[in-house]
Amino acid sequence: MNILFSLIAVLVLIAVAIIGAGTIRLDFIFGIIIPYAAITTFIIGIVSQVIKWAKSPVPYRIPTVAGQQKSLPWIKNSKLENPSTTLGVIGRMALEILFFRTLFRNTKTELNNGSKLVYGSNKYLWLGAIIFHWSLLIIFLRHFRIFMEPIPSFVLALQNLDGFFQIGVPVLYVTDVLISVALLYLLFRRIIDPKLRYLSLASDYFPLFLILSIVTTGILMRYFDRVDLVKVKELAVGLFSFHPAVPEGIGILFYIHLFLVSTLIAYIPFSKLLHMPGIFLSPTRNLANNNRSKRHVNPWNYPVSVHTYAEYEDEFREKMKDVGLPVEKE
Amino acid sequence: MSKAKLKPEEIIGKIDYKPEKKDWLNPSVEFRRGVFNYGGVPKSVEYLKQPNPRKWEPTDNDWQLPENWKQIILEGLKDRLHKFRSLRIFMDICVRCGACADKCHYFIGSGDPKNMPVVRAELLRSIYRNDFTLAGKILGKFAGARELTVDVIKEWFYYFFQCTQCRRCSVFCPYGIDNAEITILVRELLNLIGVNIDWIITPVANSFRTGNHLGIQPHGFKDSIDFAVNELESITGIKVDAPINKKGAEILFIAPSADYFGTPHYYTLLGYLALFHEVGLDYTWSTYASEGGNFGSFISHDLMKSLNAKMYAEAKRLGVKWILGGECGHMWRVINQYMDTMNGPADFLEVPVSPITGTKFENTRSTKMVHICEFTADLIKNNKIKLDKNRNNHRRITFHDSCNPARAMGLIEEPRYIIKNACNYFFEMPENTIKEQTFCCGSGAGLGTDENFEMRMRGGLPRANAVKYVKEKNGVNFLGCICAIDKATLPPLMDYWVGGVDVGGIHELVGNALIMKGEKERTTDLRGEPMEGHLDA
Repeated sequence: MNILFSLIAVLVLIAVAIIGAGTIRLDFIFGIIIPYAAITTFIIGIVSQVIKWAKSPVPYRIPTVAGQQKSLPWIKNSKLENPSTTLGVIGRMALEILFFRTLFRNTKTELNNGSKLVYGSNKYLWLGAIIFHWSLLIIFLRHFRIFMEPIPSFVLALQNLDGFFQIGVPVLYVTDVLISVALLYLLFRRIIDPKLRYLSLASDYFPLFLILSIVTTGILMRYFDRVDLVKVKELAVGLFSFHPAVPEGIGILFYIHLFLVSTLIAYIPFSKLLHMPGIFLSPTRNLANNNRSKRHVNPWNYPVSVHTYAEYEDEFREKMKDVGLPVEKE
Repeated sequence: MSKAKLKPEEIIGKIDYKPEKKDWLNPSVEFRRGVFNYGGVPKSVEYLKQPNPRKWEPTDNDWQLPENWKQIILEGLKDRLHKFRSLRIFMDICVRCGACADKCHYFIGSGDPKNMPVVRAELLRSIYRNDFTLAGKILGKFAGARELTVDVIKEWFYYFFQCTQCRRCSVFCPYGIDNAEITILVRELLNLIGVNIDWIITPVANSFRTGNHLGIQPHGFKDSIDFAVNELESITGIKVDAPINKKGAEILFIAPSADYFGTPHYYTLLGYLALFHEVGLDYTWSTYASEGGNFGSFISHDLMKSLNAKMYAEAKRLGVKWILGGECGHMWRVINQYMDTMNGPADFLEVPVSPITGTKFENTRSTKMVHICEFTADLIKNNKIKLDKNRNNHRRITFHDSCNPARAMGLIEEPRYIIKNACNYFFEMPENTIKEQTFCCGSGAGLGTDENFEMRMRGGLPRANAVKYVKEKNGVNFLGCICAIDKATLPPLMDYWVGGVDVGGIHELVGNALIMKGEKERTTDLRGEPMEGHLDA
């Protein structure tokens, strides 16, 4: 049900692009208005979301630690898994954001013969996730050859690296293959594993279908039904330099691609894709475990009712005296 | 009591990790005997001035919620979203990758898909989406949003009291989403409309009034300590001094109350007493702060703070230099992550220095509270105590990392160092079940009741399974731990799933091995049991 809903939603988006840009030829809207609107939504959405997060304070320092604390000098502290300094936290966060350290820890629980619990290593999710995210980043950066003139040198270098194997004409980008495989894996695991199928929402399938469609249209445009790249670049550079103009005769495939990308960008601030900025603010990861050596202040710390020693002694004074316990008031 | 009638073999073959194709958005809960806890009694709720005191049980059809219960919950949620960045982030960024799904001991032991941490959190997230996000308001069910109803409240009660706040899922979450934090906050919300459990609210009321969960009054406390002193004398021939409420002592010692009233905790108490005597520690117990544990932390930040306040208040009244804390799990999460922020700064105390070794505990510079394992490890390292490992030769030991010291502190090597210096036979359980990946006893966070017996045994299955493994492989017969709830709940768990494994504290092992000046020849360990094999060299 959730799968079907998401699939239909993406197909509808594609249909909108075909009808809009292809049939009734609203090039201006699909080539200029929608991309601008999407970027604007993205920026306003992300900024307001991050402000919303930042406005809520961090009342307590609650890192989840995964290694030995810093205590006695002769006990080796796990500086990255249980950081006690800012540098350690930066290291921990870098490992998390660049290499998905935590997913690398993942295990799979099995009940063998119905009675023996076994925890096997399970790196597939880590592999799928890291391939997907790194490919996405590289593909995004590669696109700067279309957005910018002259093309920045790092983009050219990246492009050469990505096409390292020199297969076919045009040269096959490794990331195009990798991202497709990774996305299909991420999709199929949700469908095949009953646990994941149970917990997955439409909003889990939707971004997968959406990004898959973006990748597919991108691949089609590059390898099969080539679009006029000069015109595409004219449009893109126009958009980026705020002198937008729509050249005639860019294929419909491009408009579908652009519309889906616009949808994705605009969708980020309202969805789970917020994990991208959110990870930086996660209090169990971005705080040092130096709780006992450095006081953390809670900005809204308010007094609560306490049972004072005086009240306690008032209730139990006689009993305390009877057994010889010292009291404050005789 | 309604002990579960289920036998181990009736559970074990029937756990299935493949949930049916059902929509979790429809709330449904069945309150079956053995898998839930009784509601809080009005007397305790009233004493603590908490909302909606009444006589009720989860099995009641009508929970007698206040008329505007929905408004209270939604406003409470809004308030907490503004106060806790953690909550906001955890509500917004979960991608449901499922990494946490099979990490929870309750899911592993029950196969109930709503016990997958992600789904448990979704029970709240779905309400958050419905009332606080644009996508949820527009797309409703397709964005995973649903309306808050009484059935949702019942479902929250059921599942958020099937989370022991152990944080194992948080170790595996790529964003560090902490279900313990979510559980604390949902329990806080439920408490706003008078939905809580008696095994939490009554200990909190007791602790508020008498200083400890069990409601032991000062003379009872003294009796108990005196009794232990006598017992220790009969075992070692040495009469130790155990000062109580002594002003001007150098150190205030606070342990969980079960240590002086429960078994096998009691043997750990004997160990503390022997150790403190042997090193000549100038310390005092307190009757007012006679509880290390903090059941308040299982229900709300306010109650946690209220109970925790006694530690610093008593340290100040007695004029001690610093505080030493005993073997307890969640007590140490509270001390490590909350105490200084809630009730500090403790500027009337000094940075802890061990009077025996001179070691300055720099890591406690602000909180001024040292863990007994840090203290003892330092003594051993500096050769300040003599330990005869052979006296523990009848024990083949494995160590259960308690959730909170492991995942909220990282107190991992200190207890191991002590064990290795006090015992000859120590065996680790498999690596996916210890240290930061340790499994909960299944009964933490206030869930260790008789009425909840089946769920506890299910939740403890992964721990028991790992113990069974080292029992079969290495002949392990002793499960060491540094948590009072562990000591109370692991023995029945071992009896249920494993058999032939005793449970006890690390300082019990220290007490066994400790060579005391002028002691008589020990013929038994602190339990009064023969120390077979202790003369083997």
